[in-house]
Amino acid sequence: MKPMLKIDNLHVRVAGKEILKGLSLEIQPGQVHALMGPNGAGKSTLGNVLAGREGYEVVHGSISYFGRDLLTLEPEQRAADGVFLAFQYPVEIPGVNNTYFLRAALNAQRKQRGEPELDSMQFLKLVREKLSVLHLRDELLHRAVNEGFSGGEKKRNEIFQLALLEPKLAILDETDSGLDIDALKAVADGVNLMRAPERAFLVITHYQRLLDYIKPDVVHVLSDGRIVESGGPELALQLEEHGYAWVRDRIAPNAAGGAQPRP
Amino acid sequence: MSALIESLRSGFVALPAADATELGVARRNALAAAVANDLPTQRDEAWKYTALRALGARKFAPTANTAPFDVALLAEIPAPRLVFVNGAFNSSLSDLSGLPSGIELRPLSQTLATGEQGSIDFLVRRFDRGDAFALLNSAFADDGIILRAAANTASEIPIHLVFAGAAADADLAAHLRHLVELGENSRASIVEHHLSTGAHQHLFNHLVEVYAAPGAELLHARVQDESDGASLITRTDADLSANSRYQRVDLELGAALSRHELNVRLQGGGARLQSSGALLATGRRHVDTRLRIEHQAGDTRCDLLWRGLAAGRGRAVFHGGITIHAGADGSSAALSNKNLLLSESAEIDTQPVLEIHADEVTASHGATVGQLDPRHLFYLRARGIPEAQARGMLTAAFCRETLASIGNPALAATLTAMLDAKLTSLEIGE
Repeated sequence: MKPMLKIDNLHVRVAGKEILKGLSLEIQPGQVHALMGPNGAGKSTLGNVLAGREGYEVVHGSISYFGRDLLTLEPEQRAADGVFLAFQYPVEIPGVNNTYFLRAALNAQRKQRGEPELDSMQFLKLVREKLSVLHLRDELLHRAVNEGFSGGEKKRNEIFQLALLEPKLAILDETDSGLDIDALKAVADGVNLMRAPERAFLVITHYQRLLDYIKPDVVHVLSDGRIVESGGPELALQLEEHGYAWVRDRIAPNAAGGAQPRP
Repeated sequence: MSALIESLRSGFVALPAADATELGVARRNALAAAVANDLPTQRDEAWKYTALRALGARKFAPTANTAPFDVALLAEIPAPRLVFVNGAFNSSLSDLSGLPSGIELRPLSQTLATGEQGSIDFLVRRFDRGDAFALLNSAFADDGIILRAAANTASEIPIHLVFAGAAADADLAAHLRHLVELGENSRASIVEHHLSTGAHQHLFNHLVEVYAAPGAELLHARVQDESDGASLITRTDADLSANSRYQRVDLELGAALSRHELNVRLQGGGARLQSSGALLATGRRHVDTRLRIEHQAGDTRCDLLWRGLAAGRGRAVFHGGITIHAGADGSSAALSNKNLLLSESAEIDTQPVLEIHADEVTASHGATVGQLDPRHLFYLRARGIPEAQARGMLTAAFCRETLASIGNPALAATLTAMLDAKLTSLEIGE
């Protein structure tokens, strides 16, 4: 089976400093991959590079998405093609109404894909459906995007957008950080509802906790810009037990070869 | 003497104002003073960022043949409304049906024709800071509006005042004087529309006087969307008595040059001013707004929220002057002026000035100039919104902040639509 996403030997620089140092990863449709690692390993950098944020310089390697070169696409084209990043820190945008924003986003994507745009009645019907599934208060829709939202509400709003936009590849960047257990469960429920054979998830997290609720198919450990270990869900449990130092010690001999400077 | 003032003076003799009555004498004195002062220059602190050389070198006629007025312009402006075309009252376009009882609204030209002493006193008023434009206004103003709300009159219905510039076979100068008087505990809403039918390069010189008696409330919106060649000089003087409330919003969307001085005196305890506005300096537009807010009594309050945007070769000038005089203890003043600089050839000059001579005062002011936040832009694009559309959305949101505090939802929606339509037509962010 051809992978949905194929990242090959990716090297990325941020502000002149190399953060990703030869990361390779393949994701098949329907899979949930967890990407774990200590702070500073480059987890969020990968999410931002996939979504197309400025300031991330790819110096080597490639990212293929459904066989296309993802790196040549603008962020909005990636979104229309089904790439979705749930932000670690969703930004507040005063003056832009949340409903207006969501409809503009959905219709912009549909337009880019050559699909008919939804009128306000159709859109509202869709919104009501998704809200009831996620048990969200519709009051959030009437405010400006993320403005005055609590930390938990911001993350839920990200998952709401995920449900509404129905992407093919959803990247969750530390969506669990700063959430209490109820909010964490709500977020996980939302993600689990979205699991489908044609959809893949890349769940970026520092802690094993979220993976109790979102069961991954594959777990990767990122350290110093490279994936140093991949395995099944049990790998996450081992990490939880032994900490990241354990991984660093374990992989040190192998990692030494891979850490050589490349031409 | 500038060509501008010379051209106005030579037209003066032809005007009925040149007669020997009290008003005629006052007008001649005002004209003589305007000639002596001449136009302000950039050495004058209040005009530091606005050069009048080009305007001063032009000649203006008092009357000309005007092209027919396009009534479609009034389609969105309901009654009650008064309409002025090139500075002259037009009764067939005006419609006073639905004027709330207790509110008197008339064109100045009518009260002058009847020689009503009240309107003459008002025109003869001396100005403590009479620059050339105020003096020229005193000399020439022969039309405008007179609005009086009787005590305890309460109305939510906006009264529309339409000032249309129409294409003509000469560049015209028109001077309009307006009086808005609110009786005790009365409430009224007015909307000034400055718009154009056909391209023109006229000069409009408006002077508005607002008097709010104790407990009165005035909602005053002004939408300036004049022809790209037009020059507007506007001065609004407002005196606020105890516990009165003056809320105004100014949208500066058009014209080649638009200068507005807003002078508000909070004279009675508990008086409150809420003033917001957006300055859109796009194309080659020069937009200059100068606030002079004076707290003269205790427990007075002003909240000023202004947004500026400069693109193309546009220039936005904002001066926010607040003085809290001795004795105005317990007053509060807040000024926020944020600006977006969207091109390298555009310019923004902002100057918040706060002077405090009283005790127990709360005051804050801030002015910023910047670009759209790249984090906002990326968030929208990451959800599939193309860059140009995302820039447009963020720019509109930035300007719309000025309309957030308007209590009348229908009026807020109308103003938002006008602002959005302008931003869309300018294709800001493209």
